[in-house]
Amino acid sequence: MTQVKARWEHYEHGADIGVRGFGASKAEAFEQAALALTAVITDPAAVRPLERIALACEAPDDELLLAEWLNALVYEMATRRMLFSRFAVRLEGTRLAGEAWGETVDAARHHPAVEVKGATYTTLRVAPEGEGWLAQTVVDV
Amino acid sequence: MDLSLFEKRSDYEWEIPRQGAMRVPAVIYASESLVRDMDRKVVEQAVNVAALPGIVKASYAMPDAHWGYGFPIGGVAAFDPEEGGVVSAGGVGFDISCGVRCLHTGLHRDDIMKVQQPLAHELSRAIPAGIGSTGEIRLGDKEMDAMLAGGAAWAVQRGWGEAADLERIEEHGQMKHAKPGNVSAQAKRRQRDEMGTLGSGNHYLEIQEVTEVFDARIAAAYGLARGDIVLMIHCGSRGLGHQIGTEYLKRMAVTAAQHGIHLPDRELACAPINSDVGQEYLGAMRAAINCALANRQILTHLVREVFRRMLPQARLPLLYDVSHNTCKVEEHRVDGGTRKLYVHRKGATRAFGPGHPDVPAAFRDAGQPVLIGGSMGTGSYVLAGTKQSEALAFSSACHGAGRAMSRHQALKTWQGRKVVDDLAARGILVKSPSMRGVAEEAPEAYKDVSAVVDAAHAAGLARKVARVEPLVCIKG
Repeated sequence: MTQVKARWEHYEHGADIGVRGFGASKAEAFEQAALALTAVITDPAAVRPLERIALACEAPDDELLLAEWLNALVYEMATRRMLFSRFAVRLEGTRLAGEAWGETVDAARHHPAVEVKGATYTTLRVAPEGEGWLAQTVVDV
Repeated sequence: MDLSLFEKRSDYEWEIPRQGAMRVPAVIYASESLVRDMDRKVVEQAVNVAALPGIVKASYAMPDAHWGYGFPIGGVAAFDPEEGGVVSAGGVGFDISCGVRCLHTGLHRDDIMKVQQPLAHELSRAIPAGIGSTGEIRLGDKEMDAMLAGGAAWAVQRGWGEAADLERIEEHGQMKHAKPGNVSAQAKRRQRDEMGTLGSGNHYLEIQEVTEVFDARIAAAYGLARGDIVLMIHCGSRGLGHQIGTEYLKRMAVTAAQHGIHLPDRELACAPINSDVGQEYLGAMRAAINCALANRQILTHLVREVFRRMLPQARLPLLYDVSHNTCKVEEHRVDGGTRKLYVHRKGATRAFGPGHPDVPAAFRDAGQPVLIGGSMGTGSYVLAGTKQSEALAFSSACHGAGRAMSRHQALKTWQGRKVVDDLAARGILVKSPSMRGVAEEAPEAYKDVSAVVDAAHAAGLARKVARVEPLVCIKG
């Protein structure tokens, strides 16, 4: 069996932007979608994983859970004035326990392009993809 | 888009007749070329909205419509609670009460150009903009609730503005029936450091020159003449509105089935107006409208402080303040009778015509000012509401240019520094904390705002009054 390579990408949406994560597991696809979220704002490589925060969320199904996870990160970025570049997700049924590592926003170093207002349900999808998983949605900026 | 989808009612009105699950037709107001260039998703979304319970007359799309979340951006839809009508968090949007405010200055181009650099610098220092920026005002729990109930009227009471400002704001600066208690602790926490901040993305503050007047009578009523300098602020309810949108989108998606609402797509999440979730959302959404009105009022105060120091001869009275992401209860004529409807405008501006009692007395003969924001390199417009807009689309008009190119593509196409330099060569000074943000907002990434405004004018949604062009742009 070929190993699925964890990766993320953006995709087109008229006014905004889609975030898509691929992973060997659903949890890994969620982690990659989170990296894609950071990349909407800045280059994730420029964000040092200095501080760790823990998050937990819950939703009736996988897709709403992905939106919850991304929205929890949006909330933490907004209220802590932080950006994140490393993520760890554990999924148990409809519950998610996550960790994110990052640092305080530094406008001079991160050149943050745009604030994410929230994750929408537009093109929201969590599904098996090849040997692994895909997790995606459009975020409002 | 394929024009064969439509029945052409006039050069500027394109209808998808009622079919399938649609309860009413879908109508797009735009020129043929704007319709051709529109994303097919606009039609899909307008058709989906036409199938929602209690929708009245039609599901409308304005000339600047583009692919949104459930509702198209540039969508207008009215619902009757007596017919099972719904309220939709997606139909209002994440940035609740995002809008545009325009201030007079009493100045002319020369006054600005003499101090263009230092004025732009001082404005960029005074107006917190971009990610990670915070305002200087910190609200405790009690003051937060007072702000959410009081809107711009609260801000004026606290010394951020003048009483005369309030009559020049929709709802007289204070949205009634707001319920701060329906706003979550998380939404309030997200707003704690964000009062008096501009935000990012397409939000801006611009100093502009009136370069063209199309309707001298209405322009005079609005106090506008060619060569005048005005100032426009485009922003919304900041983190508080975004969080309310996020939370209620989920609640409405999860509870729709319990209310017997079949959603063709979850992004259409909505709740009956006469339901607990619907009523709670309306109370929270109105509080977010007040947050946006208070925010634009505080920004106005910060701008006036800068002008007081730099150009003490200037006075900056408010021309008008419009919101373009709202759901409001309004009376409209339908089938010969008057009905109280919940009008959603998602990326659409209210445009009451002459004689409407909610238009300030000074403009009552002219119609409500309709402020249309363009991109930073092109121009913006002042329009006026018309009598016929009531029958066309519940007194609504467009809200801006609308993107022609995704952020992704814009970033690949332009460099922020080059965009700033090119605009500087044309006399437009741009200040932004993010060059990447500037690239994503490059003027060419937007549709031609003039084509959008011409279509709104020709369709009768609103009347062209004046065009303004930027001299200074503070971007988030």
